[in-house]
Amino acid sequence: MMPFWDTYIGILILTVLKTLALVVPLLIGVAYLTYFERKVMGAIQLRKGPNVVGPFGLWQPFADALKMLTKETIIPTGADKVLFVLAPMITFGLAIIAWAVIPVNNGWGIANINVGVLYLFAISSLGVYGVIIAGWASNSKYAFLGALRSAAQMVSYEVSMGFVMVTVLILAGSLNLNSIVLAQKHIWFAVPLFPLFIIFFISGLAETNRAPFDLAEGESEIVAGFFVEYSAMSFALFFLGEYANMIMISGMTTVLFLGGWLSPLPFLPSGVLWFLIKVFICLFVFVWVRATLPRYRYDQLMALGWKVFLPISLVYLVAVAGVVEYFGWLPHA
Amino acid sequence: MIQNLAFYLFSFILLASAVMVVTNRNPVHAVLFLILGFVNAAVLFLLAGAEFLAFILAIVYVGAVAVLFLFVVMMLDVDFASLHEGFQRYAPVGALVALIMFAELAFIAGSWAIAPAGGADRLFPTPTDVSNTVALGQLIYTAYLPLFQLSGVILLVAMIGAIVLTHRDRKRSLHQNISAQHARTPEQTLVMIRSPLGEGVALPQTQKEEETL
Repeated sequence: MMPFWDTYIGILILTVLKTLALVVPLLIGVAYLTYFERKVMGAIQLRKGPNVVGPFGLWQPFADALKMLTKETIIPTGADKVLFVLAPMITFGLAIIAWAVIPVNNGWGIANINVGVLYLFAISSLGVYGVIIAGWASNSKYAFLGALRSAAQMVSYEVSMGFVMVTVLILAGSLNLNSIVLAQKHIWFAVPLFPLFIIFFISGLAETNRAPFDLAEGESEIVAGFFVEYSAMSFALFFLGEYANMIMISGMTTVLFLGGWLSPLPFLPSGVLWFLIKVFICLFVFVWVRATLPRYRYDQLMALGWKVFLPISLVYLVAVAGVVEYFGWLPHA
Repeated sequence: MIQNLAFYLFSFILLASAVMVVTNRNPVHAVLFLILGFVNAAVLFLLAGAEFLAFILAIVYVGAVAVLFLFVVMMLDVDFASLHEGFQRYAPVGALVALIMFAELAFIAGSWAIAPAGGADRLFPTPTDVSNTVALGQLIYTAYLPLFQLSGVILLVAMIGAIVLTHRDRKRSLHQNISAQHARTPEQTLVMIRSPLGEGVALPQTQKEEETL
């Protein structure tokens, strides 16, 4: 007789419980990230931000959710109905399932798979489909323009992001996210790979279509880009998907460069709290950048991706590989 | 048992979406079914224990190639009526080609035999002590290094070829010279003029020069 947790049903129940333990805090985090963003931007622009609903405006996310839920979902006559409804689900779903491999503490990832980095990269490269499908299915010129912009942008920035990840892999010697964090026990990869850390973070901004790379939804040029035609809950899913993606990119940055759950001070214990603090700092920078920088022009955006980030990350990759090989620092050598 | 069930489920979806790619009237839907097919093929790789290949398939084909494909197909202005015009005329030729291909495939599959001890005689038997990412790396970067490098060079040539074929220098387009912009100083662009009362101001010499540049 096997113990209950080793049977198929046991594994299923255990996985569902683990998933709930991750997804419920994540969704609350997404809801309060919208509040956080409005508060921080308010402070930067010398406003108060949301302060009416509840103490310090803390119930604002729930008020917004209620408003979204009770509004009417409008599907345009010329739209491709199935794809139109499917697109926001893809965006939101992908932003959530990426969390399956991110280890928030030593061995705490839901799935501790051998190729965690590849999984994350694959999921984040699928994110473009939600945007493209939404833009095409809306059957609207502005939505289509936004989708085309965003597709070109996300594909371009993925390239340099990939090379940055390869450089991290050379130093860590593993594709497993848990091992990558443990490889940073002595020094976080953000220190030896500082330029790549910056490139990765900026590419993350572009990948999530956040300011200053939010051309896909540039209000001043193409109304609201790929989600012009969306309303009510389908709009809310896009909105939440964007914020979930921000948390995901922050989580990736934390795991790949900032030492995950490891404590920055040797006398303090490591733990999940450090992971949360690091993610929080990354999210603050996301909001800070949005409140500070104006939007890029499209040709400048492409030039930055292909003519600046790609050469730097390629050269840095070769240089790091050379240095590591020369000094015999290769892991498992 | 669960593995077998999953295998049949995903193979079924793969084959069904492959059929939908061919039969679907709407080209964008066809590409989306193609993508669904890619994803399911990746899942089949996963079930076979080849996780590295599975995710590389997802990244390269689903994440990059199919995006560009979709990009192009969405911009096509397809006239559906004219597409169906030639269907009757070309149907026999298409059927003939399909029949020949099918016969050839059946021919090969019919005469295919696997030696019972074939697995052990392989040049590089599947290693059991390392993960398949490591195993792949150990083969590609040792025994197959020349071939691997050669395929990289072929890709490079293809890339340069594509750029050479499509690139044309548009003389009239405006390009931004970022380093020149950064190198500008106030002296080059700003002139303070105190205009005498009752007289106009002629365009200063420096500005004229800049305009002709």
